[in-house]
Amino acid sequence: MIDPTPLAPVIEDAAMTASITAGTLDAPTLIETLDPDLASRLTSRRGLFTRAAGTLGALASAPTVLAVASSEAFAQGLPGQVVDVLRFALTLEYLEAEFYRTALATRGLIPARYRPVFAQLARHETAHVRLLQGALGPAAIPSPVFDFTGRGKYPDVFANFDTFTTLSSTFEDLGVAAYKGQAGNLQGTPLLTTALQVHSVEARHAAEVRRVRGYVGWDGAFDAPLTKAQVLAAAAPFLAGGV
Amino acid sequence: MPAHTHSVSETGPEDAARPRRTFLRSAALLAASTAFLELNLAEAFAQRGATLAGGVVDLGQGDLAVLNYAYALEQLEAAFYTQVLQRPYRGFNAADEQSLTGIQSHEVAHREFFRSALGGNAIPDLQVDFGRVNFASRPSVLGTARTFEDLGVAAYNGAGQLLRNPDFLAKAGSIVSVEARHAATIRDMLNPYSAAFAGNDVVDANGLDRALVPSQVLPKVVPFVLTPVSASQLP
Repeated sequence: MIDPTPLAPVIEDAAMTASITAGTLDAPTLIETLDPDLASRLTSRRGLFTRAAGTLGALASAPTVLAVASSEAFAQGLPGQVVDVLRFALTLEYLEAEFYRTALATRGLIPARYRPVFAQLARHETAHVRLLQGALGPAAIPSPVFDFTGRGKYPDVFANFDTFTTLSSTFEDLGVAAYKGQAGNLQGTPLLTTALQVHSVEARHAAEVRRVRGYVGWDGAFDAPLTKAQVLAAAAPFLAGGV
Repeated sequence: MPAHTHSVSETGPEDAARPRRTFLRSAALLAASTAFLELNLAEAFAQRGATLAGGVVDLGQGDLAVLNYAYALEQLEAAFYTQVLQRPYRGFNAADEQSLTGIQSHEVAHREFFRSALGGNAIPDLQVDFGRVNFASRPSVLGTARTFEDLGVAAYNGAGQLLRNPDFLAKAGSIVSVEARHAATIRDMLNPYSAAFAGNDVVDANGLDRALVPSQVLPKVVPFVLTPVSASQLP
């Protein structure tokens, strides 16, 4: 996969890997393949500087469970913007928690040597769900229904360890980018520090799963954020009730 | 000057393990980010920058102090890994080299980012002292690395709330998750495929990593830094 030609082939790579099938997955993460627009934004890394560009279209496809207007939910005195952030985070944590719970309950999927890693991931994601439910109180949303096959694209997600870890890596990196992208919306509230404390745990997860898959734990010296719309576009195939 | 003391200004090798295109992307991002941050520093210039009085480096106040605080930590980490690569420990294998070379290049990139962004407001190069580290010993080196990485994560997590400028917060966010990836990596090198990468010693029952303020962090780095650093105007 090492390409000596700078920059230009990156998007081609993304297009190529988007068509790979489960079992021949050959990249640390699938984030850049889940949504072609997302791929170009990520590879150009312009998202840091032109945040608004290109996000409105993706927002239109956000799952309805997340489209609930914040105006109806002033949980425990939280500002609507904060409620939005917490619900968004809770959705991702529901996804991760159920993903690992299902995997750990699937006999023969996770080799014994890696089981402590995924047990720890499940422990944390379940704790994050409880934490966010507690913070939201009555404004907490119920768990969406998930389709971890990504609408059939990864049918062996719980039968093939490579497929499972590829999606695990993708979800963890997505979580890191999602929390990072929301930090600004929590600035000036006590929840900022809490969100940062979750964010770095997700990054630890992301690195460890990459290592399980035989990769180094990072892409480079700086991790890029993703907007809510970008994250939802990437996660949409796994939200069964979505779009 | 102790035998293991040196300035932190040398630049290490680039991360040979990373695909070239990733490096180029990161380099482009770094350059763009630096220019971006420099623009926003105009606002912060109104605040008092770092000062050097009586040999003590004071970090100053406001966002500039927080950035200099991060710069100090990155100086320490970059100097440490540079020394690790110069004096490989017994049992330094290819996998260790790949990970530690990557981490070193990131810490240098972080250090240079802050140095460039802070410009004339940057604190001077700190004199470091790794005399307590046995560089021939893998457990000593990786144990020290674990301390630095976990501390770095906790420091960034605790510093976010101190930043006023949202662009600085975003930049710190792009660094802290890489520090957390390092922490997990070092911990996994010490205890492969166990729960240690995000162990219960650093992640609590709510699934939260640690968050420490400067007055909690700086005493922990004092044993490794000869230059006196004060953060009198930070919590």
